[in-house]
Amino acid sequence: MSNVILEMKNINKEFPGVKALDNVSFNVKKGSVHALMGENGAGKSTLMKCLFGMYKRDSGQIFLDGKEVEFKNAKDALEAGVAMVHQELNQALQRNIMDNLWLGRYPKVGKLITSEKQMYKDTQAIFEKLHVKVDPKRIMSTMPVSQRQMVEIAKAVSYDSKIIVFDEPTSSLTDQEVEHLFEIINMLKEQGCGIVYISHKMDEILKISDEVTIMRDGQWVATKDAKGLEMSEIIKLMVGRELRNLYPPKNNEPGEVVLKIDQMTAMYSHLQGVSMEVRRGEIVGLAGLDGSGRTELLENLFGIATRKSGDIYLDGKKIQNKNSVDSIRNGFALLTEERRSTGIFGVRSIRENTIISNLKKYKRIAGLLDNIQMKKDTDWAIKSMSIKTPNQDTQIRSLSGGNQQKVILGRWLLTEPEVLLLDEPTRGIDVGAKYEIYQLIIDLAAKGKSVIMVSSEMPELLGVCDRIVIMSNGRVAGELSAEEANQEQIMSYAAKYL
Amino acid sequence: MSLKVKSKIEGIKAMDKADQRKWFKELLINNSLFIFIIIAVVFIQIQRPEFLGKESIVNIISLSAAAMPLALGIAGAIILTGTDLSAGRIVGLTACVAASLLQMSDYANKMFPNLPEIPVLVVFVGVVLMGAFIGGLNGTFIAKLNLHPFIVTLATQLMLYGIILMYLMNGNNNGQAISGLDEKYTNLIKGSLFSVGSTPVPNFVLFVIVLTIVMWVVWNKTEFGKNMFAVGANAEAANVSGVNVGRTIIKVFLLAGALYAVSGFIEAARIGSNSANTGFNYEMDGIAACVIGGVSFVGGIGKISGVIMGVVLLKLIFVGLSFLSVSVNMIYIIKGLIILVACAIDMRKYLVRK
Repeated sequence: MSNVILEMKNINKEFPGVKALDNVSFNVKKGSVHALMGENGAGKSTLMKCLFGMYKRDSGQIFLDGKEVEFKNAKDALEAGVAMVHQELNQALQRNIMDNLWLGRYPKVGKLITSEKQMYKDTQAIFEKLHVKVDPKRIMSTMPVSQRQMVEIAKAVSYDSKIIVFDEPTSSLTDQEVEHLFEIINMLKEQGCGIVYISHKMDEILKISDEVTIMRDGQWVATKDAKGLEMSEIIKLMVGRELRNLYPPKNNEPGEVVLKIDQMTAMYSHLQGVSMEVRRGEIVGLAGLDGSGRTELLENLFGIATRKSGDIYLDGKKIQNKNSVDSIRNGFALLTEERRSTGIFGVRSIRENTIISNLKKYKRIAGLLDNIQMKKDTDWAIKSMSIKTPNQDTQIRSLSGGNQQKVILGRWLLTEPEVLLLDEPTRGIDVGAKYEIYQLIIDLAAKGKSVIMVSSEMPELLGVCDRIVIMSNGRVAGELSAEEANQEQIMSYAAKYL
Repeated sequence: MSLKVKSKIEGIKAMDKADQRKWFKELLINNSLFIFIIIAVVFIQIQRPEFLGKESIVNIISLSAAAMPLALGIAGAIILTGTDLSAGRIVGLTACVAASLLQMSDYANKMFPNLPEIPVLVVFVGVVLMGAFIGGLNGTFIAKLNLHPFIVTLATQLMLYGIILMYLMNGNNNGQAISGLDEKYTNLIKGSLFSVGSTPVPNFVLFVIVLTIVMWVVWNKTEFGKNMFAVGANAEAANVSGVNVGRTIIKVFLLAGALYAVSGFIEAARIGSNSANTGFNYEMDGIAACVIGGVSFVGGIGKISGVIMGVVLLKLIFVGLSFLSVSVNMIYIIKGLIILVACAIDMRKYLVRK
């Protein structure tokens, strides 16, 4: 095993209530590409963040070239020769290439003056090595993403990195750009670099990597040679868990079609030509990878994102849903994905968080609000959803995530919606509260409400929904009945348009 | 209520020694400003027994009342995590306009010599509409152009200053201060319907008390009030929840403008001589009063009672220090320190400890 360059041994990391990494070991050999795979939330990024010191691991050791290392931050790691090319590039866009490349370690003349000449020369030397033909003085914001990514790679090379981690590097590249990237990766490999390659795209992984490690639920599942590995085998390893969570029994019965979306295309996102139908009393799951357009679909439907084209029909009538006020009037409700940034009013009371979407209903003489009714309705929400809170005047930010989510659900139920759009309704919520929320969703459907629910947890979709629509890269990739669907099918649809 | 207090005391008794000490320390820090004020008041009272006499108290109340409408307006802007630098200039402009329209008919340097007598109430409504219009413009720029209130009001206060200077050149005035106000006007504001002992309380104190009650209702009992707090606490969430965020912002600044105009209308008569300096820097005292009273720049937080407290505290300190013959220069320094300490204490409540 002398050619192992990076060894991560028995890494453990626990977040409150979640074991994010459970005794994970991971080795990268010199001059090879090692792919790291797993579903959203399997622990890939957590593992990498532990490597770079962005998270402090609870236990475990990391060896680089046989020596134990402990990086405090990304800069520490970079200086030791461990670099990362991020999915979302963190760059000073208003500055030029060489400023970004040498940021924090500008070559200097004397002690104070930076040497532009030296920077220019060094940058060009690296670019030549990588076969990149761009002027080092070009401003970052004027360049396409692929070239900005090259700058990031050049930065890793300039540190003489022994390990380079690529996190979803091809998510915004064209086929041709991907080819160029692979050429560079192969070149780095030949020079003896160890490459960690994180991606959802199976065909790419099979093409570029030498070894594949698969993670699931924070645990190491398998490490295999890429040669001879089948796509179906990878998928099976990625999703093959037993259903641990229990789901409430389903007693809702889908009726006639209530909502029809016809060829919806977004103005400012990649959502394209999405059509779907939802029945009365039906729970439709929206599956797909992060960034597949599920959230964008809900936002366009609810009118808080701008549509370019497409129609919405409710009970056969065409509706506009041109903004949130309009959508609420039409009987829509949207539970957003980011509870803290777009859901709760942290410093305000439970009561105000509950009634905010329904104020018109409480207006009495001279526009004054009916206090007694507001208190009654809040009490109803607290009781019917068993929200655990000392009283109505408690600031919502002091509640647990699950209880906050129930308050927001209560807010929407007071508006008496017909169509509920739920974006990751159980994200960041502990298991017990999840069950209660599933129960609420199923009860609503049983009362004849229609629900569209986005979730990245496939067992949850299979357990709660009647039908699952799978999105891929902004489009609808397929549709499955929840009874017949399995996770392998969903995964292969989710990768359809990548 | 007494039950609440009782259970609280029992809760404290149940804590162990270290926790009790910690609880007491928190209590001292969180109320340190008030403790400081109480000590200061007691100290000044010992030095100068007339400090808490009837006359002085009525004086403090009058000064507070004069500053109140403006502070109430600015508080709305702060609740939206914004600010309003144009407040003082709106006071100045509305004061000059009100004064120029309500000069004595036989005053020699009257700005508009041929102006017929206008009812005081008409002028009042006029300047309030004018203030609301300017405030509404501020709000529109903020909401529709997505600009920060700091930048918008920085720009508009400059423009307003220019407008005030031009206005003062009107007619026979030639840029002088506007004085010689009609007695009907000054009597309405400065006259007195009732007295405390032999000390008359000016009428505008009553007007401001009514106004403050109305504002309490607006903040706490109306859809607009709830929306204002929601937008301040989380504008994104408010949008998703069906609150028209832009319209709420415009309304908050429009209302603020109207309140500044009320301040202007009172100031014009109270001071009696109105120049381009009327209202200058008033917004700074207004902002200071708000933050001292717990209207937080965090957004979505603030109470009318807090604004009252902040305004009164500032005036109390100002009058108290004058009693001690502390120099005006020193008073500035002390005011600055109070703002710093008040905000630091306020911020402690919202810090997420890591």
